[in-house]
Amino acid sequence: MYDSGKIIIGLLLFFGLIASPIWYNLASGKGSYKPDIKIVTTEKQCVAPTPYMRTSHMDLVYSWRDLVVRENHRSYNSFTGRQYDMSLTGTCLNCHSNKTEFCDKCHSFVGEAPFCWDCHVVPKEGN
Amino acid sequence: MKIIYSLIGVLALILIVALGVGTADLQYLFGVIIPVLAALVFGVGIIYRVIKWARSPVPFHIPTTCGQQKSLPWIKSATLENPQGRWGVIARMALEIFLFRSLFRNTRVELRDGPRLAYGTTKYLWLGGLLFHWSFLIILLRHFRFFVEPVPFFVLFIQRIDGFFQVGVPILYVTDIFILLALSYLFFRRIVSPKIRYISLIADYFALLLISAIVISGILMRYFWKVDLIAAKELVLSIFSFHPVVPEGIGLLFYIHLFLVSCLLVYFPMSKLMHMGGVFLSPTRNLSNGSRARRHVNPWNPPVKVHTYEEWEDEFHDLIKGAGLPLDKE
Repeated sequence: MYDSGKIIIGLLLFFGLIASPIWYNLASGKGSYKPDIKIVTTEKQCVAPTPYMRTSHMDLVYSWRDLVVRENHRSYNSFTGRQYDMSLTGTCLNCHSNKTEFCDKCHSFVGEAPFCWDCHVVPKEGN
Repeated sequence: MKIIYSLIGVLALILIVALGVGTADLQYLFGVIIPVLAALVFGVGIIYRVIKWARSPVPFHIPTTCGQQKSLPWIKSATLENPQGRWGVIARMALEIFLFRSLFRNTRVELRDGPRLAYGTTKYLWLGGLLFHWSFLIILLRHFRFFVEPVPFFVLFIQRIDGFFQVGVPILYVTDIFILLALSYLFFRRIVSPKIRYISLIADYFALLLISAIVISGILMRYFWKVDLIAAKELVLSIFSFHPVVPEGIGLLFYIHLFLVSCLLVYFPMSKLMHMGGVFLSPTRNLSNGSRARRHVNPWNPPVKVHTYEEWEDEFHDLIKGAGLPLDKE
């Protein structure tokens, strides 16, 4: 093999970078971390089924924003037939009053920084 | 025909995983075993290819040059076009790797009305290639939010820049648009021009279509048919920390995306995509043009048997002396 020094350094560098998630997770010690979100409400059912809310709550909230802000339409007919007021602070945060233990857990887990709080006041937490 | 074969190949891959996960419930196979095996094939394959290249001798000193070589001190030399030493080569390689300089120099010959032969620069391939590769890199770096915990700052920074325009929810990433545009250009470039279509192979179309399928599945997953991101990250984290666990209900699209990426990883070392490693090992780029200053020895030259004058003189010492001829040693 010619230029073996350079070749080996190059390969080591490449695989060091490729395998960086392994080193990073080893160093942080959070390789088996799972966000454990806390639901603090006596309500049994959210405005939409849980699997839908888990993957697509941002669609719902975003469409609520458009309907309320642009069309002044405030009433949401949920899949159970119950009527809700389309409101982040009035409806969502009424049940999920614990932003740091509910919203932020998953959002920071996948590196999302939703712009809800650009306009909305971050609710005061405390029991 | 070649396009059809490549398209069928990619669709077959999607069908395999759709049946495997959607019907046969083989989440562990497609979520853990195949990606891990694919990563191993990728690693071993890359080492094999690079070592094989490194074992090939470079018999001649063949850097491509397009500028004045360094010669007399009062003649201005071109360091980048005709690098003399290590730093010139490093600068030239860096421009090639990061900015595709040789594609930037691409020219085109046309027969215009007249008839008149016209030469001109053409930058579309350079632009398309640059757009594609940089978008791919940025998208790969963005994916680190699913690979590691906690999410590193550079990922958050890239996301902010990439989603600068704050279009929609989830925020539209500009690189997603760019990579689609670039892939479309690179694909249709091969179809529109008869000359390029003639020299295009199945491997050319397949690589483009496979990467397009990965990109499209990723875009669908982000913006349209959403999957459970938290569960997806749990799976990926668990593989990277060697305790694979497959959470329930991630969504079929995730497995399609992952399987296509696994196929890309396997395909990578045995295809033209190895230009990622090859660009570093091209003798026409990575040699300095210093052959006037330092002799380039062909490594496969056999050792030459030489008979020096001294040895000759020793051999015929007595005869030379007897003939009265002068000797060097006396």
